[in-house]
Amino acid sequence: MAETRYMTVNMGPQHPATHGVMRLLLELDGEVVVKATPHVGHLHRGVEKLSETMTYHQVIPLTDRLDYTNGIGNNLGYVLTVEKLLGIEVPKRAQYIRVALAELQRLAAHLIWLGTHALDIGAWTMLLYTFRERESILRIIEEVSGGRLTPTYFRIGGLVKDIPEGFEEKVRAFLDDFPGRINEYETLLTKNVIWMRRTKGVGVLTAEDAINHGASGPTLRGSGVMWDVRKRFPYSSYDEFDFEIPIGQAGDVYDRYTVRLEEMRQSARIIRQVVDGLPDGLIMADDPRVVLPPKDDVGRNIDALVRQFKIVSEGFEPPEGEVFMSIEAPKGELGFYIVSNGSNHPYRIKIRTPSFINLSVLPKMIEGGMIADIIATIGSIDIVMGEIDR
Amino acid sequence: MIDKVKGTFPDSIREVKTFRDETTLVVEKEKMAEVFAFLQKDPDLSFDYLTDLCGADYKPRKPRFEVVYHLCSTKYDRRLRVKVPVEEGESLTSVESIWKAANWYEREAYDMLGISFENHPDLRRILTSDGFEGHPLRKDFPVKGKDFEKPFVPEL
Repeated sequence: MAETRYMTVNMGPQHPATHGVMRLLLELDGEVVVKATPHVGHLHRGVEKLSETMTYHQVIPLTDRLDYTNGIGNNLGYVLTVEKLLGIEVPKRAQYIRVALAELQRLAAHLIWLGTHALDIGAWTMLLYTFRERESILRIIEEVSGGRLTPTYFRIGGLVKDIPEGFEEKVRAFLDDFPGRINEYETLLTKNVIWMRRTKGVGVLTAEDAINHGASGPTLRGSGVMWDVRKRFPYSSYDEFDFEIPIGQAGDVYDRYTVRLEEMRQSARIIRQVVDGLPDGLIMADDPRVVLPPKDDVGRNIDALVRQFKIVSEGFEPPEGEVFMSIEAPKGELGFYIVSNGSNHPYRIKIRTPSFINLSVLPKMIEGGMIADIIATIGSIDIVMGEIDR
Repeated sequence: MIDKVKGTFPDSIREVKTFRDETTLVVEKEKMAEVFAFLQKDPDLSFDYLTDLCGADYKPRKPRFEVVYHLCSTKYDRRLRVKVPVEEGESLTSVESIWKAANWYEREAYDMLGISFENHPDLRRILTSDGFEGHPLRKDFPVKGKDFEKPFVPEL
């Protein structure tokens, strides 16, 4: 009898369907995947080490570059953690604006996912559709923050500046259009026979496995686990908005797709509630330790000038202690663990990124399946290497 | 919740701290496997989800490192932080058999800080390149890298 030998194939690190520089080492029995080993770290920039040398404000731009489809969300996770460490309360208006932008960013991130995921499987048109809507969102984000991918819009204690005039109208105009656009996407894919055959029953992850492996976000909810940080540990006033958490049943690629599509509808609902109920008031917490004085005062008042200079050059010194805070990012649970030793820079920052741990579940989903299903499965867990490698 | 853990392992819980409504348990490394298995299995605690695991370097304190486990219960919507102090050169028991999520996290802690975990199925570096020397998140590792002047070229 002939001896069985598996073939080893190297997929990546430069491969269009690995969504960045990821290398997958595959052991194959014909077309069946026997073993898959992801190799990551090609984009490692030492964000956590760099943060240890910086003041708390200086870390914000670094977070933009973790998951670069979710700049706003990363800013939010970081500033919330520092605010918790300091024990400061952010004004309602700032909290609402944060929610609106975080949800807009979630839409933009999901649109990239949908476009590229469908492209991976061979549905070219989708990319053109989703990037059209993503462009309108990025225009709004750019108008508000000045940056398309790297907004750095939130500050510890609030926002860098108030939203520009006409923001609400622009968002409303977008929201009037958007649900119809999602229906358009659905006509292309949801009942498409090719799409269903490529995604149903593929890359299955059971609910127990998903929890035990630490999966989060749509990857966890696609397996039927009702778990969303926005509902379980509400932050930034999420408990004041009505929205549903969609879940899947089968835990396959198709369910993760339907979960994300429904999530987009729910995000649009949240944004609508924010712009309709946006309260007036301050956009920065009233805490002279952390918050820069108003620009007018800096020119006239020596105390304000000194304070501005101290905060910019030295930063501030939070109390000794450690906090963990997480948010529901588009890809899953994004958490920050910050240890403070009472000095003006963080002693240790650990960033719990959703893609890192979602990718570690990938072998579980693809082993025993076909090579072609790897592509569909990688697309469905929606990874970004920037936040895996940090 | 904490009383139940303390009652079950009176000698192994070194300290209980609360800061900003977050509870931290400091556990002796000798009994850590039992404590973690209890935290996960006990129906009143049911910490079924390992949110995060990381190491931290507290040089020159003794023991030098702490490994920090962020647990979460999807049943009771609760979080708990457990810390296990460990000295340089010593190793901890892997919790990979309790939560599979620990697999990559422990590899990361090993890569970044040089903390090793016994019974880990595949303990090797994860984020740094092949042949990399040192552990970047140690406090005595320079921020700009050890060989800033000569770029790192791996041997082929």
